[in-house]
Amino acid sequence: MEEFLSLTLGGVVNGSVYAAFALALVLIWRSTRIVNFAQGSMAAATTFIAVAVIDSGQSYWVGLIVALLAGLVMGALIERVIIRPVEGGPELNAVIVTLGLFIAIQGAVALFAGVNQRAFVPPFSNIGYEVREGFTLLSLSPNTIWTVAAVVVTMLLLIALFRFTRLGLAMRASAFGQEVARLLGVRVGRMLTLGWALAAAVGALAGLLIAGDVSFISPTFMDQLIVFGFVAAVLGGLDSPIGAVVGGLLLGLALNYVRGYLDDSLLGMASLVILVIVLLVRPGGLFSTTPARRA
Amino acid sequence: MSDLQTPAGAPGAASDDAPSTATAAANASSAGAGGRSFLPKSTLLRHLLVLALCAVLAVLLLEGTERSTNDQISRIAFYAIAAGGLTLLTGLNGQISLGHGALMAVGAYTTALMLDVDGDPLPLAVIFLVAVAVTAVVGAIVGVAAARLHGPYLAGATLALAVGVPGLTLYFSDTLGGEQGINVRAPRAPDWFVEGIEALSGERGQGTKWLAYIAVACLLISYFLLANLMRSRIGRTWRAVRDQEVAAELAGISLGSWRVLAFVVSAAAAGLAGGVLAIVVRLTAPGSFLPVLSLSLLTAIVIGGLGSLFGALLGSVLLVLLPEWARDFGLEVLDMESAQASQAAFVIYGLLLVATMLFAPAGLVGTVRLALLRRRAARAMSRAGGG
Amino acid sequence: MTRTSRRLVSVLAAATIATTMAACGGDDDSGGGGGGGGGTAEDNEATDPGMTEDSVLIGAHYPLTGPAAPGYSEIPTGVQAYFDFVNANGGVYDRQIEWRYLDDGYNPTNTGQVVNQLVLEDEVFAMMGGLGTATHNAALDLLNSEGVPDLFVASGSSLWDNPEDNPYTFGWQPDYESEGKIIGQYIAENLPDAKVGLFLQDDDFGEDGERGIRQYIDDQIVAAESYTSGNTDLGAQITALQQAGADFVVGFNTPIYTALSQLTALRLNYQPEWFYSNVGSDPQLVGSLLERFSSGAVTGTSLLEGVYTTDYLPTVDEVDNPWVQLFQRVWDESGQEGELTNFRIYGMSQAYTMVQALQAAGRNPTRDDLVAALEQAGGDFEGPALAPFRYSEDRHAGIGGMGVSRIGADGSAEELTGILITDVGDAEIEEYDGEESTPPESGIPDEEAIG
Repeated sequence: MEEFLSLTLGGVVNGSVYAAFALALVLIWRSTRIVNFAQGSMAAATTFIAVAVIDSGQSYWVGLIVALLAGLVMGALIERVIIRPVEGGPELNAVIVTLGLFIAIQGAVALFAGVNQRAFVPPFSNIGYEVREGFTLLSLSPNTIWTVAAVVVTMLLLIALFRFTRLGLAMRASAFGQEVARLLGVRVGRMLTLGWALAAAVGALAGLLIAGDVSFISPTFMDQLIVFGFVAAVLGGLDSPIGAVVGGLLLGLALNYVRGYLDDSLLGMASLVILVIVLLVRPGGLFSTTPARRA
Repeated sequence: MSDLQTPAGAPGAASDDAPSTATAAANASSAGAGGRSFLPKSTLLRHLLVLALCAVLAVLLLEGTERSTNDQISRIAFYAIAAGGLTLLTGLNGQISLGHGALMAVGAYTTALMLDVDGDPLPLAVIFLVAVAVTAVVGAIVGVAAARLHGPYLAGATLALAVGVPGLTLYFSDTLGGEQGINVRAPRAPDWFVEGIEALSGERGQGTKWLAYIAVACLLISYFLLANLMRSRIGRTWRAVRDQEVAAELAGISLGSWRVLAFVVSAAAAGLAGGVLAIVVRLTAPGSFLPVLSLSLLTAIVIGGLGSLFGALLGSVLLVLLPEWARDFGLEVLDMESAQASQAAFVIYGLLLVATMLFAPAGLVGTVRLALLRRRAARAMSRAGGG
Repeated sequence: MTRTSRRLVSVLAAATIATTMAACGGDDDSGGGGGGGGGTAEDNEATDPGMTEDSVLIGAHYPLTGPAAPGYSEIPTGVQAYFDFVNANGGVYDRQIEWRYLDDGYNPTNTGQVVNQLVLEDEVFAMMGGLGTATHNAALDLLNSEGVPDLFVASGSSLWDNPEDNPYTFGWQPDYESEGKIIGQYIAENLPDAKVGLFLQDDDFGEDGERGIRQYIDDQIVAAESYTSGNTDLGAQITALQQAGADFVVGFNTPIYTALSQLTALRLNYQPEWFYSNVGSDPQLVGSLLERFSSGAVTGTSLLEGVYTTDYLPTVDEVDNPWVQLFQRVWDESGQEGELTNFRIYGMSQAYTMVQALQAAGRNPTRDDLVAALEQAGGDFEGPALAPFRYSEDRHAGIGGMGVSRIGADGSAEELTGILITDVGDAEIEEYDGEESTPPESGIPDEEAIG
C-alpha cells in the first residue's frame, strides 16, 4: 500500500513534468499544425541560459524570467525565419526542419556549455515529507508541489487566454481557419509567431521544472522528455491544453507503476501499449476536438 | 486525406495535399521516361535492364575503391534498403513512421540469433528470408494498429515503438544479450568468391569486400522488387489510398488492408536492412537502434526526395557521408579539438537539413525533376509557339 | 582498365614489400639482433601501417557527444596531454606519437564506422583505450581480423581477455567480477551483520559485479535493484532498497548515478552506508555535482563522507602522491582547458602503459611485435596502477587487483585494506606484497626492448 502510494505520487509529479512539455507541443500544434521536435533542445538551451544567470549570482526567479523571455524570443525568431517558409508546405518537411533544428541546437548548447553534467538546484527543498516514522514520501516535497502547481497554473492561464481574451480568440481563429480569420481582420502571421513564442516560453518553464526534478543537466537532458512529452500530447489529443495535462498525468502514473512493479527497461514499451490502447478507442486522442476517424 | 478532419484550416489542408505535390514530380517524370523509344515498353523488362546496369556499376565501384570505401558502401546499403521501404510507406501510401529503426532491430536480432548457433548456421540467404518474414509479421501487427491512425498520432505511436524495442532487449537480456548485445559471426567469403575476385582484379577478396557484395546485392534485389511493386497495380492502389481516399473506397478498395499491406512490405525491407546491418556491424546491440536511427531514415527519404527510390538511396549516401564531412570540416578547416569538432558537426548537419528543406522542399531528386519538367514544358511551349 | 591498373598497383605493392624486407634483413644483421634498444633516429624504419620513420599513429573511439559524453570525453584529453609530454621529450625511439580519436556517440554502429575509418583509411598502427563494452564489441572482429593491436579497452568487461579468439585485444582496468569479489569479501569479513542491498546498472557492468559479490555474501543480500542508464528517476529503486531494510548499499553504477542515488536517498531520509565500485566513486566529480545541493536546499556537509570504494589508480585528491604530482605537471604543461580530473588521470595512466608497450616492442616493431611485447613484458610493467597487469601469452586481462578505502570529509581516501589481488571465477583473493611504484625522474618510463 505504501509502495503504491509513493509510486502514485511519483507518477503525478513525473506526469506533470511530461504535461508541461506536452503543453508546449500542443500550443505549436494548435497554431501551425507542426510537431516541434526541436522543443527539447530549445528548452535545454533556455535552461542553460537560466543556469548562466543563476551562476552569475542572481536568484532562481531572475533566471526563470530570463529563461521565459529567451524562450519567447527564440520561439518567435524560429517561427519567422525558419518555420514560416515551410508552413503550409509538405507536412514532413516541417518535421525534418524541426529535427534539423533539434540536432543543431543541441550541438550548439554542447559547444557553448560543454557536455558535462552540472547540478541544478531547485527553488524549493526537494526533501520528501515524513508521513510517519521511517516512511518518507519522496514525491511530496515543497519542490514537487511547486512543480505540479506551476503546471496546473500554466494550463489554467492558457485556457483562460484562449477562452476569455480577444487575443486568444484571434489565435484560435488563425489556427482554425486562416482564410476566415484573415477575412475577419486577424493578422494571422502575427498570431502564428505568437503561438510559437508562447510555446517556447512554456517549453522554457518545462525545462526548468524538469531540471529541478532530475537535479543534473547536460545538453541532452531533455531527450527522453521529447518522446514522453510527445506521447502525452498525443494521448491528450494534441489540440487541448487539458488533454495535454491529463495525458501527461495518465502517462506519468502508468510509467511509474511499470517502473515500480516491473522494470525500467520496459518504460518505452509501456508507453507504446498505453498509446495504442487509447488511440484504438479514440483515434484522435482523449480530448480531441476533431471527430474520430472512420474505421 | 479528407478524413483527417482538422479544423478546415489552410495548414491542415495544405499538408494533406503536400505529399502528392512532392511525389507528383517523381510519378510524372518516370511515366514520361516510359514513353521514350529506346527503352523497352514493359516495366519489368525496363527494370531488369536497370538492375543489370546497376549491378555492373556496383562491381566497378566496389573493385575501383579502397576497402574503407567498400565498408562505407555496405553501410549506405543497409540504410538505403530501409529507406527504400520507408519511402514506399510514407511517399506512396502516405503513412509516416518514426519507428522503422525498431523494425530494423527485429531483422538484425533475428539474423544474429540464427547465426549464433553451435555448428554451422543455415545459409545466409535463408537466414535473411527468415529475418524478412519475422519483421513482416511484426510489421503486420504494427500496421493493423497504424492503419487506423493518421499524421501525428501515427508518428507518436511509431516513435513509442522506436523507444520500446531497445528496452525489450534489456529486459530479455538472457536471450537478446542485453546492453552489450550479440556478437555476429560474419559469414566468411566462400572460395569461389575469393578466386573470382582475384581473377577479376588481381586482389584477394577479403571479408569486408564479401560483406559489401552481400549488402549491395541485397540493396539491388530489394530495390528491384520495390520498384516493380511501386509501378504495379498495387502501387497505383496505394497512391489512390493516399490521394483519393473516398474515391478509392467507393471503388471497392478496402483502405485498411491496403495500408496494412504497405506497412508489411515496408517492414520486410526494414527486416532485410537489419539483417545486413547485423553482418556489416558484426554486432546487434540496443545502442544501434535508438530512436535517432528511425529519425535518420525519415530524414534520408525526405532530403533525397519523397516517394523516389533513387531519392532514398541518395539520402542514405548523405546520411553516412555528411556527418563525416562535417566532422572533418571542423577538424581540419576550423582546426578544432576532436570533441568540439564532433559537436560542431552536429550543428552543421542540423543546419544543412534545415537549409535543404527551405531551398529544396521537394528533396534533391524532386527538385531536380521539377526543374527538368519545367524546362521541358518551357521548351514545348516555345516550340508550340514557334510552330 | 580497372583490372590492369589494379594489377599494376599490386605489383608495385609487392615490390615495395620486397625492398622493405630486404632493408629489414640488412638492418637486423648490422644491429646484431639487439632489437630497438640501441640505435639512433637514423635506424628508424617504417614497418606496418601507422609506423613511419618519425611517427607512430594511435587511434581510439570515445563518446564525445550524446548522453554518454559527460566525463568520458575528458579521457582522451588526458591521453593527449601525456603523449604531448613524451613527444616534447623526444618521443619513443625518436618517433612522435600521434593520437587520433573520433566520436562514436556511444552507438555501436557508429563505432564500427569510425574504427573502419581509423584502421583502413587513417591506417593507425594500434588502437588504444576504445571506450565502452557494446561499442568496442562492434570493433573487436575487425581489429582482430586485420591484426591491429587493440590495447587497453576502457571497460571492465571480461570480454577483452580472450587471447585465443581475439589475440590482438587487451584489457586494462580491473574486471568488474574481480572487483565484486573483493567488495564481497570485505563485507563478509568486516561487516557480517550488514543487510546488503545492490544497486546495479542493468548491463554487463552490474551483472558481472553482482556475480562477483554474490560469491561471498549471497546470504547477506536482501535486495537487488537495477536501473537503465538514461532514466533519471530512481525513486522506485531507492524506495525498494529502503523497504527491503537494506542498511548497506553496494552500487555498481556510473558517477552521475552515484550523485542521483545519494540525492534520492537524502530526499527519502534513507541513510544506509554506501559502497560504490570504482567506476561510480569519483569523489571529485560526484562532490562537485552534489556540492551545490549541500549549500542549497539540501543540508549536510560532504555527502560522500564515509562512503566505501575501491581504488586501482591514485586519485586527483591525493596531492602528495608522486604520480598525481607528475600528472598534474603534465596536465599544466599541456595547456588544455579545464582541471586535472580522475578521468584525465585515467587517460594519462593508459598513455603511460602505451609508452611502456612501445618501448618494450623495440625500435622498429611490427604490430605483432607490440602484442608480443605486452605478452612477454607487460606483466612486469610498473606504473601508476596499484596492482600489476595480468598480461601473459595466455592472458590479456589488465590490472589484477585493488584496495578498499573509505572517503573522508575532505574527499581523500583512507586505505582500509592492502592491495587485494584476485581474478575471475573462483580464484582466491590474496594480498599483493609488491612495493608501491614511484614514477621515474623524467616522468617517462624506460622499458627495455624484448628479444
